[in-house]
Amino acid sequence: MSTLPAPTPLYSWHVEHAGRMVDFSGWSLPVQYDSIISEHKATRTAAGLFDISHMGRFYLRGPDAANVLDRLVTRRIANLRPGRIRYGLITNEQGGILDDVLVSHLEMPDGQPLFLLVVNAGNRDKIGDWIRQHTPEGGAVEICDQTAATAMLAVQGPRAEAIVAGTLDSEVCKLGYYRGSVTTHFGGSCIVSRTGYTGEDGFELIVPAERGLEVWQALCRTGGPLGLKPSGLGARDTLRLEAGMPLYGHELTDEIDPFQAGLGFAVTLKDHEFIGRPALERRRLTDSPQRVGLVLDGRRVAREGCPVLSSGTCVGRVTSGTFSPTLQKSIAMAYLAPDCLGEAIELGVDIRGRLQSAQRVPLPFYQRVRDASKNHAFSSDFQGSTR
Amino acid sequence: MNEEQLLYAPTHEWVHVAEENGERIATIGISAFAVELLTDLVYMELPEVGKELIQGEEFGEVESVKAVSPLYSPVNGQVVAVNSELPDRLETLSDDPYNEGWILKVKLAGDAELANLMDYPTYQKQCAEEG
Repeated sequence: MSTLPAPTPLYSWHVEHAGRMVDFSGWSLPVQYDSIISEHKATRTAAGLFDISHMGRFYLRGPDAANVLDRLVTRRIANLRPGRIRYGLITNEQGGILDDVLVSHLEMPDGQPLFLLVVNAGNRDKIGDWIRQHTPEGGAVEICDQTAATAMLAVQGPRAEAIVAGTLDSEVCKLGYYRGSVTTHFGGSCIVSRTGYTGEDGFELIVPAERGLEVWQALCRTGGPLGLKPSGLGARDTLRLEAGMPLYGHELTDEIDPFQAGLGFAVTLKDHEFIGRPALERRRLTDSPQRVGLVLDGRRVAREGCPVLSSGTCVGRVTSGTFSPTLQKSIAMAYLAPDCLGEAIELGVDIRGRLQSAQRVPLPFYQRVRDASKNHAFSSDFQGSTR
Repeated sequence: MNEEQLLYAPTHEWVHVAEENGERIATIGISAFAVELLTDLVYMELPEVGKELIQGEEFGEVESVKAVSPLYSPVNGQVVAVNSELPDRLETLSDDPYNEGWILKVKLAGDAELANLMDYPTYQKQCAEEG
């Protein structure tokens, strides 16, 4: 059974601009327009514009919305103040990760609260079912999948703020990191958040689907002279890898728990009951394979599935790898057995039958220099940090 | 080299055959179409001089940010020269794939297998289909 990938509201624009379209989790999206490396560099030095309309978007409303999410997400949501955003995991009863998500507590213009849950495209149906399954019968919450009704765009990079200020207004640029707000732009409502998946400063915008193209083009017009480049999934992947951010289906699966994944910072056990908590209390104290960063000698790239060896024994597997455009090095993330986590242990990666030596390095591989003059009080919310 | 006068393998390698000192020498590279498809090249691995190649078998690999692609020999024969500067100057493959971007020179073992290769118009048709 194969169905055609769905077009995002920007599909025609991508095709007209030579986007190399691929099927990604059921959506037709560009891997790149001209080159992954040039798009990657644009985001690191100026700005990149990404169509992320494939991301699943659930809107939860009603008096029970916060409590429903509080029970499903590894972070506290019940005490999340309006305008704030948290990164968290949704775990099953065994503590395995069903998805990594962003939860925003927003305030509608009429003062009503709106909880936005952004999930990975490939997990949208699974998480939709999971929420409904775990919503108490007769609960005062309305759950609405708004993915198809909206477009989602990301502007990422050191010039993102100037571009968003020039396209929307300078007021929204006062948003701090991991803050979000519902605004009125382009003749309708728009959700703006200071979040991203690239390791740079940036914004994510959600607008009605029929406004997507107009907003995209407006951002291109303002951003073009500032070096903004429309960028595809290829650059999105190399950027998040350098930033040490996990990708569901690679670093995260329902067999991996948040502690192994180096995401312990996204689990609040204190005063917080949620699905998976009892299992996680146990798993936290268990020695299990850990997510690590590797830098390889030479320019060959370790791909997903490549065995990691120590003294001739397989001690783990690569989950993602690429050639880092910023560091000009072959980098990878892998899970390594607990007794092989010492910095001094010699490692090698078996790339198609040939061993390439590798060093374990702390994640992230790349961290931007932050502008201390800006309000980044909650900038530690996602650093992709792991030991 | 004039791309219209080269022979092509279905796996996108090009071949140019010339007489040199009484030997039939094939110069081998990869087509502009293939380089364009790969983009963002980061690494290339080439065989040693002296290695025997068999048509259709792997002789090296070229890696891009996205993926690794094997290079397949379009002919039978022995490697007599390798463009050893190429792995350090991969941009040459896109800048000048049919001249400076040559990869190998191979002393042909015979001629018969050249019949398995395509001429330029046939290869163009294949590229158009792969789009």
